[in-house]
Amino acid sequence: MVDAVFVWRRLVGAQIRSQLQYRTSFALDALGTFWISFIDFLVVLVIFRNVPRLASWNVHEVALLYALSSVSFAVTDMVIGHLDQFPQKVRDGNFDILLVRPRGTLLQLVASDFTLRRVARVLQGAIVLVYALSSLTIHWTVPRVLVLAVSLPSAAVIFSSIWVVGACLAFWTTDGGEFTNAFTYGGTAMAQYPFDIYATWLRRLLGFVIPLAFVCYFPALYVLGKADPLGLPRFLDFCSPAVAAASAIVAAAVWRFAVRHYRSAGG
Amino acid sequence: MRLDWEIAKRGWRRYSAYPWATVAGIFTNTSFGFLQAYVLLAVYRHRTDVGGFDAADAVTYVWLAQSMIMTVYIFSWWELAWRIRDGSIATDLLRPLNPQRYWLAHDLGRAPYHFLLRGVPPFALGALVFELHWPTPLDAAAFFLSLALAVVVSFGFRFIYNAVAFWLLDFRGVVTLATTMVIFFSGMAVPLRFMPAALRDVCYALPFGSVIQTPADVWLGKRDGLALLGVLALQAFWAVALLGIGRVVLRRATRRVVVQGG
Repeated sequence: MVDAVFVWRRLVGAQIRSQLQYRTSFALDALGTFWISFIDFLVVLVIFRNVPRLASWNVHEVALLYALSSVSFAVTDMVIGHLDQFPQKVRDGNFDILLVRPRGTLLQLVASDFTLRRVARVLQGAIVLVYALSSLTIHWTVPRVLVLAVSLPSAAVIFSSIWVVGACLAFWTTDGGEFTNAFTYGGTAMAQYPFDIYATWLRRLLGFVIPLAFVCYFPALYVLGKADPLGLPRFLDFCSPAVAAASAIVAAAVWRFAVRHYRSAGG
Repeated sequence: MRLDWEIAKRGWRRYSAYPWATVAGIFTNTSFGFLQAYVLLAVYRHRTDVGGFDAADAVTYVWLAQSMIMTVYIFSWWELAWRIRDGSIATDLLRPLNPQRYWLAHDLGRAPYHFLLRGVPPFALGALVFELHWPTPLDAAAFFLSLALAVVVSFGFRFIYNAVAFWLLDFRGVVTLATTMVIFFSGMAVPLRFMPAALRDVCYALPFGSVIQTPADVWLGKRDGLALLGVLALQAFWAVALLGIGRVVLRRATRRVVVQGG
């Protein structure tokens, strides 16, 4: 584990240094990413121009959901978003290179890139988070602060697990990358809205199969002191870290299974 | 004409080569369709009408938009930009065929493929779950005309932002910015009818409204008689205007730009 962190830091450090070589390009890209990421939030504002509440949630509460989902997703996207290009690696046979090196394949793959310009998206989410927290009147207690603080890394782990499982699809089909998009980009979009607006079948799917409800819906209910409109048991509010750990274990197992069944196309 | 037809056939074939990509794409469009449909339906728990749309109109709009997204090819199209960057454009310019005409024919072959295989399935899936609005025969006919014009408007805009690569080596930012503008101002992210009146009117007047919102309005029967002719004329105007601008940009570029070697 210590070794893995060391390897990751060395490789990613080199990536970051190389990306900062072209300062103007980097600054323009980051600035573009920053403004573009406001579009999603603009949609939320346009919708709330027409209604005071979405189900039982006002604009500040939805902004909190949006921000928690965005920040954790943007961090994930920055760290492992390059898994989107993984099908290409399988297709051209470059994945084989990772197999002969004396480190785990997933570690090497994650450490092979780091998209620093996406830090702008993290910043955008953080600005909305500050806006949401300052406009809401939250009765702060130690448990609430803890739940909020723990929810962000938990959410990032959940998103990462979804991404890794999605990337595994590439072992069976190399042109199905968009399936993964539906769960990653689609996942963060779904988590940005309160779960009680969705139909029951979709809520069940997102609550228990792909655990997006634990990204921000349950932690936000607790922090806001809201009664769950769905009347689900309250202990779920504290389950995000456990769900994140379980997701990571499942993702690792799926990855190992997929790699074991990998047959090279010959590159 | 015969040449255009042959190019169009290649446009169709290129995209039909990846069946799994098609299945995955349908899945993604359908997922986003459900998300947007439930968000808009939540609005209608408090309202019966938003900007002339009732709940059924809004849900139908969502599925129409998801079905048109690939047909009008709203997402980033880089092909011309890459050919400019790697120098292949030099070969293209030697051919006795204007590159704009080539790519337009190619795009008009691609669009029917995406309409049938990426457009019809998400709409059909949406129709299984939601009560959707179906058009009168006249509106349906007008919708197809409007959609065809939308493809040309979208192509005209894509061609222009790709041509920026003649002047800018790092064109990625421009393409991303242009794509994002289309997604928001066309009504793809949220119907234009949900926007503040002033912003909505500007979007309708600009080419963006012609890409998604106008064909959807036509399907939903929101444009009749003279109003229908008016919006179709506006679409045709933008189609011609953007192609014209693209042609001028291309001519300027070929006159003064030194192509990257290759």
